[in-house]
Amino acid sequence: MIKTVTSMELPVDEHLRIQKNRILPQTPSGDEKRIAIVTGTHGDELEGQFVCYELLRQLNEHPECINGIIDIYPALNPLGIDSITRGIPMFDLDMNSIFPGNEKGTMIEMIVEQVTEDLMGADICIDIHASNIFLMEMPQVRINEENSKRLLPYAKMLNTDFVWVHGSATVLESTLAYSLNKACIPTLVVEMGVGMRITESYGYQLVTGILNLMKELGIWTGHINDVKEPIISSDHEIGFLNAEMPGIFVPQLNIGDNVKAGDTMGKILNPLSGSIEEIVKAPIDGMIFTRREYPVVYNGSLLGRILGGIEQCEKK
Amino acid sequence: MRKEIIYSLNSPYRESLNVNAYRFGYGKKAACIVGSIRGNEIQQLYVCSQIINKLNELESNGAIISGNEIMVIPSVNHHSMNIGKRFWTVDNTDINRRFPGYNIGETTQRIAAGVFENVKNYEYGIQFASFYMPGDFIPHVRMMETGKQNASLASLFGLPYVVIRNPKPIDTTTLNYNWQVCDTNAFSIYTNETDETDEVSAKQAVSAVLRFLTRMGILKYNNHGGYISTVIEEEELTPIKTKDGGIYRRLRNPGEEVHMGDVLAEIVHPYEGHVISQILSPTEGILFFAHKKPLVTENEIIYKIIRRLHE
Repeated sequence: MIKTVTSMELPVDEHLRIQKNRILPQTPSGDEKRIAIVTGTHGDELEGQFVCYELLRQLNEHPECINGIIDIYPALNPLGIDSITRGIPMFDLDMNSIFPGNEKGTMIEMIVEQVTEDLMGADICIDIHASNIFLMEMPQVRINEENSKRLLPYAKMLNTDFVWVHGSATVLESTLAYSLNKACIPTLVVEMGVGMRITESYGYQLVTGILNLMKELGIWTGHINDVKEPIISSDHEIGFLNAEMPGIFVPQLNIGDNVKAGDTMGKILNPLSGSIEEIVKAPIDGMIFTRREYPVVYNGSLLGRILGGIEQCEKK
Repeated sequence: MRKEIIYSLNSPYRESLNVNAYRFGYGKKAACIVGSIRGNEIQQLYVCSQIINKLNELESNGAIISGNEIMVIPSVNHHSMNIGKRFWTVDNTDINRRFPGYNIGETTQRIAAGVFENVKNYEYGIQFASFYMPGDFIPHVRMMETGKQNASLASLFGLPYVVIRNPKPIDTTTLNYNWQVCDTNAFSIYTNETDETDEVSAKQAVSAVLRFLTRMGILKYNNHGGYISTVIEEEELTPIKTKDGGIYRRLRNPGEEVHMGDVLAEIVHPYEGHVISQILSPTEGILFFAHKKPLVTENEIIYKIIRRLHE
């Protein structure tokens, strides 16, 4: 059942509409659990679009296995997706920095408030992101350390490669995930893939995880493929690689590759002089889980991240 | 006047981004003035250029009081300004939401860190900023409520209003906020324009800064005493919203006194030309902000009114 969550009139003959698809059990009892799948906050992140499609396809194929309410919001920022714009066109602020919204604020802040209101009452929420156009991410759940105790059991069910428990920062307090977690709706942020692309294998992987989570919550009774146990990380086990020279970054390793500290991960090249500006070395031992895809770099451009201490994590 | 590059960033395809500072006088770090941090802040750049021009003249005449140094950074992000972008050229991040910066972090964090390293530890920090809602304001000084703000000092600029803003999480990464956290008395000055130059409000801003520096004992300069500022909390401003989307016909301007029921704007049907709706003032007061662009959506904030204030 497709519903309009909020609608605002644009200047010329059009409405900005945020829609969701609500899937209900064949015979609702009235006390079902409810899961919300949210994506498309950043208009250049499209991985979640395939996840929404594939999840709906499986749900539609087996309506008899649905035992709860599944709300799917494929596009919180439809104008951004339509125009390949990360933010909301004509609006300065990142949509994921103005939650929970404000009914007295700008039109966009009002929309965000209505989206937040619509999500209230959910038992759990999955907020799917796809990095940005610059970086490819291995499927991962990111949770704030403030909520890690409560969220970690759910994060482990999502069939991602690892769970990144990161430090808290005041600036993150206006994200959708922070706002919902504060409102006691467990909300997990998934990052996977790269902006402006769809990585089908990651999509299937996450759909399996979402169905697994739904099964654990009693929302889904259907078949589940095997679910992997994620590596649990924390801030001090992450190695960051930043460019120290401008130029063209050509990576030599792939997502998921294991490296030793000092291994060459790629080169920054100068197309005008034909010289190598920098040989990029791994800062720590570990596995590459973020890799730069967009070649043009300045000093400071993020080139990758390494998940260190995997062996220790596996032993745990 | 001494000009120096305080931060430089090499570019793969363009000349280096050089952040220039102009210093006047010698001694303690008395005042730092920062202009354009976003690429569309043309008025902010223009105002700073006029301040630099005036300070150069005043320094030649011995008007900077001994023992004080004033630093002016007219532009941080002219790489974006030169190509007509508001935010950083490559990744569209906002440098004014990257403070205090991180010198081994990502590019705009490094720029912010490079700038902040140089602008911190001044007694007074003045930034010419722009707001995320495009439109016209009455010229005012804006401060974050960090517990360290001093509205009495802000009123010494002699601008009509001082606005105190309760910071939201996203504000904690602005220059103004981080200045205050590091014990600089920080003020953001808003003039009428951003994308275009406006001579009248630019002169008003230059005068306000010179007035403030004089009152703080940094400068010897005789100018008009300005306004006795009215201090307001941002929450006291009443937003007035549209009921429909369409073509916006603005009928009243910032600074005007309005009464309850006055017609402030009309929304015109974009195809048929008739007035779809009128926006009436819900209260009496002074118009503080007015939307400028010709198109509006439903529920767009087109005015903000200081309630029950009279001329």
